[in-house]
Amino acid sequence: MSATSVAAAGQYDYDIIKKFSVMAIVWAVVGMFAGVYIASELAWPFLNFDSPYLSFGRFRPVHTGAVIFGFGGSALFATSYYVVQRTCQTRLFAPGLATFTFWGWQAVIVLAALSYVTGYTQGREYAEMEWPIDLLILFVWLAYMAVFIGTLMQRKQPHIYVANWFYLSFILVTALLHVFNNLAVPVDLFSLKSYSLFSGAQDAMTQWWYGHNAVGFFLTSAFLGMMYYFVPKHAGRPVYSYRLSIVHFWALSFMYMWVGTHHLHWTALPDWASTLGATFSIMLLLPSWGGMINGIMTLSGAWDKLRTDPIMRFMIVALSFYGMSTFEGPLMSLKDVNALSHYTDWTVGHVHSGALGWVAMIAFGSLYHMIPRLWNTQMYSVRLINAHFWLATIGVLLYITAMWISGISQGLMWRAFDDFGNLQYSFVESVAAMHPFYAMRAIGGMFFLTGMLLMAYNVTMTIRQGVRAAEATGAPAAAAA
Amino acid sequence: MFKNFKHEKIETNVGLLLVLTMLAVSAGGLVEIAPLFFIKDTMEKVDGVRPYTPLEQRGRDIYLREGCYTCHSQMIRPFRDEQLRYGHYSLAAESRYDHPFQWGSKRTGPDLARVGGKYSNEWHVQHLIKPTSVVPESVMPNYPWLQETKLDISDVGDRMRALRVTGVPYSANEEEYQRNVKQFGEAVARTLHIPDARKNLVAQAQDGNFDGDRASVSEMDALVAYLQVLGTMVDFSKIKPEELVKFR
Repeated sequence: MSATSVAAAGQYDYDIIKKFSVMAIVWAVVGMFAGVYIASELAWPFLNFDSPYLSFGRFRPVHTGAVIFGFGGSALFATSYYVVQRTCQTRLFAPGLATFTFWGWQAVIVLAALSYVTGYTQGREYAEMEWPIDLLILFVWLAYMAVFIGTLMQRKQPHIYVANWFYLSFILVTALLHVFNNLAVPVDLFSLKSYSLFSGAQDAMTQWWYGHNAVGFFLTSAFLGMMYYFVPKHAGRPVYSYRLSIVHFWALSFMYMWVGTHHLHWTALPDWASTLGATFSIMLLLPSWGGMINGIMTLSGAWDKLRTDPIMRFMIVALSFYGMSTFEGPLMSLKDVNALSHYTDWTVGHVHSGALGWVAMIAFGSLYHMIPRLWNTQMYSVRLINAHFWLATIGVLLYITAMWISGISQGLMWRAFDDFGNLQYSFVESVAAMHPFYAMRAIGGMFFLTGMLLMAYNVTMTIRQGVRAAEATGAPAAAAA
Repeated sequence: MFKNFKHEKIETNVGLLLVLTMLAVSAGGLVEIAPLFFIKDTMEKVDGVRPYTPLEQRGRDIYLREGCYTCHSQMIRPFRDEQLRYGHYSLAAESRYDHPFQWGSKRTGPDLARVGGKYSNEWHVQHLIKPTSVVPESVMPNYPWLQETKLDISDVGDRMRALRVTGVPYSANEEEYQRNVKQFGEAVARTLHIPDARKNLVAQAQDGNFDGDRASVSEMDALVAYLQVLGTMVDFSKIKPEELVKFR
C-alpha cells in the first residue's frame, strides 16, 4: 500500500491539496466558533458587549462567510483538485494558477470578514462582499475554472468521471451567479461602498436566484461531486447505478436554477414567479432522492463497515441528512407551509440540517479519507473520529430540534387570534418565548464545535506523524519539495 | 437522431459537457428573471413613492452597515395577522428605489416595512441606544455608537451620483431637476438635487431634530430619519384594493 502511495505523491500535485485541506479545517473552527458566538448572542444578548465589531448584525456574515466560503470553499478546492487528478490520471493543469487560487481565496475570506466587522457590506445575504472583493473572487474563480477544465482536457482516461461533472457544473454556475448577482455601481473608485444595480423586486429576484443556487450548486452539486468519488472509494464498491447518476446530474442541474423564488412567497414579487419556483422545488425532490439512494445503496453489500468505520458513518449520515433536508425543502416551498415557516427559525433550522448534517459531514468524511493519503500515513486516532461523529450528530439534532420548535411556535404565535379577533400575542412575547430554544441551539452548536476541535487536533497529529515518517525515510519529502 | 445517442459521447467530450451543462442551468434564470424587467405588471402604479432624501439614504446606508436585515424584514405579506400587526401589505412599488432591496428573510425582530411614524423620534433614539430600556424582553444589541458618531457627509453627493447611475432619479442638472419637479413636486424635487445634497441633508437633520441634538448631525439622525419614512410614502386611503390585486 505504501509503495503505491509514494508513487501517487510524485504522480500528482498534492501540495496545493494539502494547503486547502488544512485551511478547510482552520476555517471550520473559526466559522463554527463565530456561529456559536452569534447563536449565544441571541440567547444572552449581553455578549454583544455594546461593540460595533461584535454586534450580531455585523458578525453574522462573518459566520456565514467563514463556514460557506472558508470551510466549504476550501474543502471543495481541496477535494476537486484531488478527484480531478486521480480520476483523470494526470497532474493539475497550470499549477501556478492553482497556487494563485489558494492565496487568492484565503485573501477573499480574510478581507470579507474584516470588511463586515468594519461595516462594509452589500447588504444582500451570502453576497455581502463589496465590489473589490467581488473582483478578486472573479479572478480566483476564472483561474479555478482554467485549472479544472485544463486538467479535464489533459486527462489520460477517455471518460470524464461523474464526480467531475458535478464539480464542473458547480464551477460554471458559481461564476454565472457571482457575476450577475454582484452587478453594482461603486460610489467612487477609492470607495469600498457600492449600490446594487437592481432595485426592489428585480433585486430580490436576482438575489434569491443567487442565494438558493449558492445552496444548490456550491453546497449541493459540488458536495455531490465529493460524494460520488469518496463514498465509492471509501466503501471499495462501484457507484450503485450509473444510469441514476446521469439522471441525477442532468435533472438536478436543470431544476435547481428555477427554485430560488420560493424564498419570496407572498411578497411583492409577482405570484407566477414564486409559483413556478415552488413547482420546481417539489419536482426537485425526485433527483435529490435519486442521488441520495445512489449514494446510500453504493454501500450495499458492505453495510458492516458502518459498525467499524466512523468515516463511513459520517458519509452515510450525511446522505441521510441530505435526504431529510431535500424532503423538508420542498415541503417548506409549498405556499401554505411557507406562510407559517417563512421569517421564522424553521428556515434557519432547515439550512443547518443541510449545512451541518449534509455539507459538513460529507466534507468531514472525505477529509478523513483524503488527509492520511495526502501525507502517506494513517489517521492518528480512529477513536477520536468516532467521538467527533457522535458530537457532530448530537449537535445537529439539538440544533434542528430547537429550531423546529421555535420556528413553528413563532409562526403560530404571530398568527394567533383571541376570542375577540385581536392578535393574541405582541411580537415581543414571541421573542421572550424563544429564549430556551435559542439557548438549546447554542448548546447544539457547541457540541458540533467541540467535535470540530477534536478533528483539528486529530488532523494535526496525523500530519505531524506523516511528516516525521517522511523525514525518516527521506524520499517522499524530496518528492513533495 | 436520438436513437444512436449514447451518454458516453458527453462523458468523453469536455466541450460538449460544458455546453450542455450551461444550457441546462441557464433556462431557469432566463425564464424567471428576464420577464420582470419587461412586464409592466411587476410594479403597481401608485403615487407618493419617491427616492430617499440624502439624510434618509445615509440612514439606509447605516441600516445596511449594521446588518439590520439579518433580523428585520421589510416585506409585509397579505395576511390578516400581518395587516393587523404591521399594516397594509407591501407593494413592489414601495421598494422601487431600494438599491439593494431589504425585504429580509428572518424576523428575529418585527417587520419594519411600515415602522415610519409608529413611534416618536425620542423612542427610537432611546431604543437604539439600549433596546431593553423600552422593551425589557428584547434581544436586540445596543447601538450606543450611533448617537456618538458624527455622520460622514463628505461623499453623500458621490453616493447619490452612483445611485443615479443605477436609475434612481436624483437630478444632476437643471433639466433633470425640472423633470423631478414635474414628477414629484417642487418640495421633493429640491431634496433630490445632487449639487445641494449636503445643504439639504444638514437642513433636514436640523429641522427634524431626530436625535434630540440640533448642534451636530449624528448617525442616529440619519438612521431615525430613515426609519421614520419607511412605509409612509403611499397613502392607502386613496387607493382601491381592486387596483392593487391586479398586480399580485
